[in-house]
Parts: sequence; structure tokens; C-alpha cells
Amino acid sequence: MDSLVTHSSILAIAIPLLAAFLTPLASKVGDRARNTVVIGALALAEFLVIILARDIYLNGLHVYTLGAAATDLTIPEHYMVPVRIILEVDAMSVFMGLITTTISLAGAIYSISFLKQETGGDRFYTLLLLLAVGMLGLEFTGDMFNFFVFLEILSISGAALAAFRTRFGDATEGGFKYIVISAVGALVVLFAVGILYAQYNVLSMAALAQAIQYTALDKIALALLVVALAMKLASVPLHMWAPDTYSVAPAGTTPMIYVASQACLYGMFRVLFSLYGVSLDTLAIGWIVIVLGVLSMFVGVTMAVHQSDIKRLMAYHAISQSGYMLLGIGVGLAVLADPQALASYGREAISGGIFHIINNALYKGLLFLTAEALFFSLGTRDLNKMGGMFRNMRYTAIFFIVGALAISGVPPFNGFTSKLMIYESVYNFSPVLAVIAMLVSIVTLASFTKAFQSAFTGPALPQHDNIREVPKPMLIGMGILAIAIVFFSLFPSLVVNTIVTPATDALIDQAGYIGAVMGGA
Amino acid sequence: MASLSTWSPIVLVVAFLILVAVAYFFRSRGEARYKEGTAQTQVFLAGEEAPEPEKRHIRAQNMYWGFFQALKQYYQTTMNAHTGIINDYIIWFTSVVAIAAVIVFIAGMV
Repeated sequence: MDSLVTHSSILAIAIPLLAAFLTPLASKVGDRARNTVVIGALALAEFLVIILARDIYLNGLHVYTLGAAATDLTIPEHYMVPVRIILEVDAMSVFMGLITTTISLAGAIYSISFLKQETGGDRFYTLLLLLAVGMLGLEFTGDMFNFFVFLEILSISGAALAAFRTRFGDATEGGFKYIVISAVGALVVLFAVGILYAQYNVLSMAALAQAIQYTALDKIALALLVVALAMKLASVPLHMWAPDTYSVAPAGTTPMIYVASQACLYGMFRVLFSLYGVSLDTLAIGWIVIVLGVLSMFVGVTMAVHQSDIKRLMAYHAISQSGYMLLGIGVGLAVLADPQALASYGREAISGGIFHIINNALYKGLLFLTAEALFFSLGTRDLNKMGGMFRNMRYTAIFFIVGALAISGVPPFNGFTSKLMIYESVYNFSPVLAVIAMLVSIVTLASFTKAFQSAFTGPALPQHDNIREVPKPMLIGMGILAIAIVFFSLFPSLVVNTIVTPATDALIDQAGYIGAVMGGA
Repeated sequence: MASLSTWSPIVLVVAFLILVAVAYFFRSRGEARYKEGTAQTQVFLAGEEAPEPEKRHIRAQNMYWGFFQALKQYYQTTMNAHTGIINDYIIWFTSVVAIAAVIVFIAGMV
């Protein structure tokens, strides 16, 4: 068991990667064999991340050096800096890993029925597994170049999945837009990595964090990294690709592509807190993040309430919810250099932002799946053509209600808890920002009331007489997320104390992140 | 966390269940029987014919008309920015990179 824990970080990446290339072979045996390989690999990855998380919560940060005589030998003998590929997994990384594996597993199960209507299932699952690999790699790596490599894997597989249903013109367009913005973003990230490497001659994040001087070139690299990752996470005004892409991605993969955006949000936090840390002007950068957050919240929600396409409506809400995370983390970052303010409300703001990431992944994932269930049954995403579906799709309707109440921040759902943490802490920093956040929550509720009223309530429409509930695997996929939402709603303190607070502490602890790799060097 | 120390979802769920029980009690006191095909099951008590289901369902496009009308100027401006053209997305990206770089440099000088 100890050996499994030691190698769990690399195995959580390697097993889905191996399964991605086994999937086309398993497809030759049959669909059942292929599905077993995919679900088995993702379930195993989830198990590995869980045991890794347990180890990290008990024993602290996990470092894994590839190709070294011992996995914790980060700096080879006679060297001053790390030269090998290093995975550095702290409570924040593993927190994201838990989200990634859970959403990927739910998405893969949900996709089983969907794929019966499609061709190319082997390629679909290969891409789905590669997307999971890209996310896990990006979250676990301790190396800037590998950060770029995994960002590329994530982007290419995500774009191919978005364009999977090539018979729809808008799917090809959505995939094209995603790959263009991803390619530009990744190129800019690579350029920024080049700037840092040229100055400090290292690629390890910990070694860079120790060496960084915050020179003029470092400032340029910082602006490039933050804005490129902000575009990947669809922060306003860099969000316009997201509705085009999220709305066309096939069943089960929309939540994954959305979580891939959250992985980029994690990347931004890692750059700000662990790479630059207190060396940067935290107040100025904090305000940049806050402004991006407020714009995302407000523009996202006002655009969402105007939509008639249910998946575009969901996509704009995804943008809006990312704003809450940016707001919470931005406030924490703005007061990072002020120990009193950090202890008073900054830490809680960061915790609220981090808690909102996992809450949002769950309820936004569930809502994307319910939207896709409606499309699966009705063949349209247009809310104007829906009505009375509560009679035909009761379970989907109940899942929709759970997701809608959670995202709107209605007590006692989990969305309320993380928003409460953000409201209270942000109020201490700036009451106006807290009021905007609350206003956005009200408009979110209005928007989901509109969507629910249009799709599920009203008289039974004759053209929908033959519509039936979606198949069981789709219900199971939604059910996994709904159960997780209910659990997170009923036991918020348990969740916060177990996984959120350690993630916050890990994010703030730059010295610990550097020390785990550099030791006394 | 300060906000979590005062928040207990379990208490709210218990309160909700008590309210549901009270509501169910009053509902069960009501008239259980009705006659199908009579005025009791018609949509309008006045006896007016109900429109066809398609005509009486309020569609998404008809909701919040007043809200959108009040924010017409805002929506016009925002919609115009959403061109759907990828070149424009990259222009936005370049502009935001430039603004962020300027802010970072200015903040460093202050």
C-alpha cells in the first residue's frame, strides 16, 4: 500500500493515458469491453487521487521525481537545482485532482448511452481520457514546461471533443474557436516560460519561485501568464469563445471542458501564489483579479438571463460563477502582504473562492448534463420549443431543480455556503463588491426560474407526447453529481475543514512549496 | 471559518420538513373528491374556453420583457461586443494583456 501511495501521483496520470491508447483496441472487442476499460481506468484514477489526498492531509506535500533513484530525490547529487521532471502535489493540487476525477467519471458514465446514437466511440473515449490526463497533469506538475505540455494536451483533446459531432456546423465552429484561443493562450504561456527560463535557467516552479526577482521581464511574463490563463478560464472580456464551445460539446464532455477551464484557474492561482507569491505587488494584481471577477459575474449573468438556448444559458452562468472564484481569491491576494487583514478576512475569502470551485464543478456539471438530457430527448436546445417536460422527464427535472437551487445560492444548498463565505469576507474588503455579488446571485435565480418554467412547467404539449426519460446511465451520471451536491450541502463544515482549508493553507504557504523541492538549497 | 460557525443546514432542513408536515396536514383537511368533466376541472371558473396548450405556455422569449427593456442600452452595447468573430476575440486578448502589463508596471513604480 505504501508503494501505491508513493507512486499514486504518476499512476493517476499514467493509467488514464494508457487507457486512452488501449480504448481503440478494446473497441475492436466490443462496446462493453471499451466502456469497461474507460470506466475502470477513471475509477482507478479516482481511487489513486483519493489515497493520495489522504496521504497529503496526513503527511503533507507529496513530491515525485521521475527517473531519480529515489522519488523524493528532487536535486541530483552535485547539482544545485532540480533538473528532472517533478510532480509536486499539495492540498490545493489534490483538491483539483478530486474534482477532475469525479467529474470525468460521471461524464464518462453519462456518455455511454449518448454514444449509442453516434459513431466513433473509440475516438471519443480516447479524447475524453486524454482530457482527464491533461487536467491531472496540469494540476500535479511542479514544472513550468510540463505545465505548458499538459495545457496543450487539455486544449487539443477539449477542442476535438467540442467538434466531435461534425454533422452540426456549430460544433465544428465551437471546436475551431476553442483550438484557436487555446493555441494563442498556450503560445503566450510558452513565451512567458521562455522569459523565465532565459533569466533563471530553471523550469521547476519551486526553483523559479526561489530565484524570482520580479524584474521588468518577470512582470511581462506575469501579465502574459495571468491573461492567457484568464482567457482559458473564460473570464470577461476574454469569455466569448465559451458559449460557442460549451453549447456544442457532446453529452458528458461539457462539464469536463468546463472543469478544464477550472484547471486553468488553478494554474493562474499557482502562478500568482506559489511562483510569484509575496514578491509581486499583491494589491495591484489582486485588484486586476477582482476586476476580472466582477466583470465575469455581472456580464456573465446578464447575458445568461437573455439566452433562449439552454446550453448557451448554462455557458454564460459558468462564466458568471467563475467570477465568484476570482473575486474571493482576488481579495485574498490583495491582502496577502498584510498579515492582519489576511487573518481577519483574506484567508476566508480564499477559502470561499476555493470552496466555490468544487461546488460549482458539481452543480454546473449537473446542470450541463440536464441540459444535454433535454437535447437528447427533444432534439433541440431552444427553450422556446420546450414545455411541460416535468411530466415526461421527472428525474431530469428533479436533478435540474437541485442544480438550479445550488447555483442560485438558495439555502441550504452548497452554493449558498461558499457564496456566504465570499460575501462576508469580501464585505470586509469592500461592501460594494459584496453587494454586486449578491445582486448577481438574485439574477442567477431569475435566470434559472426562466429556464425551469420554459422547459419543465406549463401544459403538456402534444408534440412532446412521445418523449420519455433519458436512459439509466445518463441518470446515474447526473445522480452521482446530485448526491455529491446534497452531501456538500448538508455537511459544509466537514468539507471545508477536510479539503478546503488545507487547500487554502497550501496555496498561501509559498515557503512550504519551495522547501519541498529545494530543501535547504 | 467565521461564516460557517453560525450556519447549520441541518437546522434549516429540519425546519423545512416541519413546514412540509404542517402544509400536508392542512392539505389533507381539504376536499379529496372532484368530478371529472365538470366545471371543477376547467382552467377558468368563469367557464371561458382555455386556449390550446401551445398558446397558453409562456415561452422563454416572453419572460422578463420589462427587465430587458429597462436595460436596452446595456444589452445593445454588450451584444454588439459579442460578434462571434475569432479575430475580435484575439483583439480583446491583446488589449487585456497590454492593459495588465501597464498596470503591473505602473504599480511597480508607485
